Amino acid sequence: MVAFLRFLINGVSLGSVYAIIALGYTMVYGIAKMLNFAHGDVIMVGAYIAFCAMAYLSLPPVVAVLMAMVVCTALGVVIEGLAYRPLRQAASLAVLITAIGVSYFLQNGALLIWGANPKIFDSVFSVGSVRLFGGELTITSETLLTIAANIVIMIALTLFTGRTKLGKAMRAVSEDKGAAELMGINVNRTISLTFAIGSALAAVAGVLLCSAYPTLMPTTGSMPGIKAFTAAVFGGIGSIPGAMIGGILLGMIEILGKAYISTELGDALVFAVLIVVLLFKPAGLLGKPVREKV
Amino acid sequence: MAEQKTLLKVDGIHVYYGSIHAIKGVSFEVNEGEIVTLIGANGAGKSTTLNTVAGLLKPRAGSISFEGRDITGMSASKVVSLGMALCPEGRRVFQQMTVKENLEMGGYSRQPQEIPASLENVFSRFPRLKEREKQIAGTLSGGEQQMLAMGRALMSKPKLLMLDEPSMGLAPILVEQIFDIVKELNEAGSTILLVEQNAQMALSVADRAYVLGTGRITISGNAAEVLADDRVRAAYLGG
Repeated sequence: MVAFLRFLINGVSLGSVYAIIALGYTMVYGIAKMLNFAHGDVIMVGAYIAFCAMAYLSLPPVVAVLMAMVVCTALGVVIEGLAYRPLRQAASLAVLITAIGVSYFLQNGALLIWGANPKIFDSVFSVGSVRLFGGELTITSETLLTIAANIVIMIALTLFTGRTKLGKAMRAVSEDKGAAELMGINVNRTISLTFAIGSALAAVAGVLLCSAYPTLMPTTGSMPGIKAFTAAVFGGIGSIPGAMIGGILLGMIEILGKAYISTELGDALVFAVLIVVLLFKPAGLLGKPVREKV
Repeated sequence: MAEQKTLLKVDGIHVYYGSIHAIKGVSFEVNEGEIVTLIGANGAGKSTTLNTVAGLLKPRAGSISFEGRDITGMSASKVVSLGMALCPEGRRVFQQMTVKENLEMGGYSRQPQEIPASLENVFSRFPRLKEREKQIAGTLSGGEQQMLAMGRALMSKPKLLMLDEPSMGLAPILVEQIFDIVKELNEAGSTILLVEQNAQMALSVADRAYVLGTGRITISGNAAEVLADDRVRAAYLGG
């Protein structure tokens, strides 16, 4: 029973990381109707920046996280402006291939700068851990803070898109770019802002991920990126609560699957669940069925 | 009629969709206080013309000026802040946002403190929208969505309101209601550029009219004259 509880909490924690990454996928998809496959690699860049800030510049963890967020925000805006904006009218396949290209560019850029040897990431948290059931169940501070970060981000994003002028403009752009433009909303700037937010969240996710799994390599972002993308599709791509639910469910399935079914098959199980869900709900758990405009 | 101030001047614009030459040198003017209508058959280029004036499309040649200022090629989001609003074809309200949020988006280019007064103004003209303030726009009826689209355009307090096919897909009784509102808005001081397939209705409310035939202005004049024109009667008014 205690073991199950431990797996469950770890699952929610891993799922929270997936959820934070999935938010970036889903927001960008919602607004630009494109799959930004370079998103996973932005996570990796964020983790490297935080690593460098702590290891080489001896900055406190909070400053390191902020630095990672600032760098990733800028990176996201630059990627969008240089690689995706010129393709706004292009076929979606061209955009997809470009995104894969950006992904390889970031991975190889990281290889060039930081080398192929894994870096051992020092956890940004040093608060200790919580012991329950007379020490039988230990919950690390990483786990708790990851879950807390996820909740805070979820609330902040809900308030942002529901209450603020910019957030509403973002929803308007995601529904109808032409009509939004007619309202006086600068569509390009709104898309940039979406990439900025998604990338800042990716930095947070990178730090959280590497605090729990401390091996940092240029390919660190790709698997979590793919899983978070799966989570976004699972929950219904384009839906913010969908990304949250999809992420957390995926994390739980992965950890529980690895614990009780098979360690080797854990990842396969995740994708098997995706396939089953999409068979019955093609738009994902919270996704809206696509309406073709006539 | 006294000499009126020209609000909008479109001079010989050419617009292309890729290699298709959709608008071939269209010129017209809208003076302050007028209702001007642009009529013509399906595919004549009416909506293309409006979208170009609003800044959604860029003309390859020709010029557009608003209050004497050259706005050719200016982006739609900037054009709005100069005082021009387009209520687009097919309404295009934000389906998943509430009525109030839609209206707020209409006032996006304005200062936040000006919004409540404009909201009141729109609600007093369209009491139905007030009743449905918190409802998701996608659940409104066609007529209500048209009112919302017009109200949304009014939120920017435009000097020139452009309406693209406001009667499209509406029941006859609602069409009449929409045209009554157009007249009321004009009497309240709005200048209106109206694009319509329902030529009869459009000509009955307009001061002046331009007839568009495959990318060119073929006939223009006072609405009454255009209404009496044999070519117009034959082509657009069913005899």
